[in-house]
Amino acid sequence: MTVGKLCELSEFEAVCLPEPEREINGVYIGDLLSWVMGRARQDNAWITIMSNINVAAVASLSDVSCVILAEGVTLDDDVASTAAQKGINVISTSFAAYETALLLGSIIQ
Amino acid sequence: MSEPLVFHFDIDGEDFISAGQASIQIKKNLRRIGLDPEIIRRVSIAMYEGEINMVIHAKGGEADVKLYEDRIEIILADKGPGIKNIDEAMQEGFSTASDTIRSLGFGAGMGLPNMKRYSDEMEINTEIGVGTTVRMVIKLA
Ligand SMILES: Nc1ncnc2c1ncn2[C@@H]1O[C@H](COP(=O)(O)OP(=O)(O)O)[C@@H](O)[C@H]1O
Ligand SMILES: [Mg+2]
Repeated sequence: MTVGKLCELSEFEAVCLPEPEREINGVYIGDLLSWVMGRARQDNAWITIMSNINVAAVASLSDVSCVILAEGVTLDDDVASTAAQKGINVISTSFAAYETALLLGSIIQ
Repeated sequence: MSEPLVFHFDIDGEDFISAGQASIQIKKNLRRIGLDPEIIRRVSIAMYEGEINMVIHAKGGEADVKLYEDRIEIILADKGPGIKNIDEAMQEGFSTASDTIRSLGFGAGMGLPNMKRYSDEMEINTEIGVGTTVRMVIKLA
C-alpha cells in the first residue's frame, strides 16, 4: 500500500505528502528517537506522538516511508514545511498508536 | 591508494533544536554519489547519533567524513567534558541527558549503542576535561 492511498482513507489526513508513491512495508511505533533509529526499518510507517523538528531529521535518516502522528497530534507550520522540503510524508490521525497499527496491519500485505 | 574525498563540518553546540544538519547533508552527498541506500542509512544514522551527542553533551565540535574506495570513516571530535566510563556509556539505556533533552525525544541512552550497531568499527578516545573523539568505519565492500 502506498502512503498516498493510505491518506485516501477517512481515518487519515495528510499533513504533507511530498512522496505519495512510497510503499509502506510495515510499522514501527515509538517516541524515543534513538530507539526509532535503531529499530525502525526502511519503508516502515513510523507511528509517534512526537512532533518537534527532530522528528523530520529522524524520519529522513531512517528512511521511513511516512510519519503517522497519532492521537490527533499536529505539526507546527515550520516543522511541516521542513518535512515537506526533506521529502518526508507526514499524516495525522485521531486514532491512538495501537488502533492505527491494527488498521495498518489489516490493510498492508 | 587514492586520496579520500573529505567532507568537513563545524557542529554548532548552541542549537539542539535543529541539530543534525551535517548528517542530513552527508546523506544528500552520498546519495548524489550513488552509494547503496543501506550503506547511506547506516552512515547517516551513526553520524547523526554522534552529532547529537556532541551537541547535547559537549557543546558542539567538528565532524569529518572521509570517503575511501573501500570504506567510509566518520571522525567526530569535541572539546567537551569527556566520558567518565566508556563501558557504562556504551550500555543501552545509560544516559546523563537532562529532562529538557529527554522531552525532545533524545537521551534514551541508545546513541552510542546505535553507533556501534551501524558501524563496522568504532573507537572512542576520551579524556576528562579535554574532550572526546569518536572514529567509526563503515566498509563499502
Ligand atoms: N561527545 C560526548 N561527550 C561527553 N559525553 C558523552 C559524549 N557522547 C556520549 N556521552 C556520554 O555517554 C552517555 C551515553 O551516550 P548515548 O548512548 O548517546 O546516550 P544519550 O545521548 O541518549 O544520553 C551520555 O549520556 C553522556 O553521558
Ligand atoms: Mg546520544
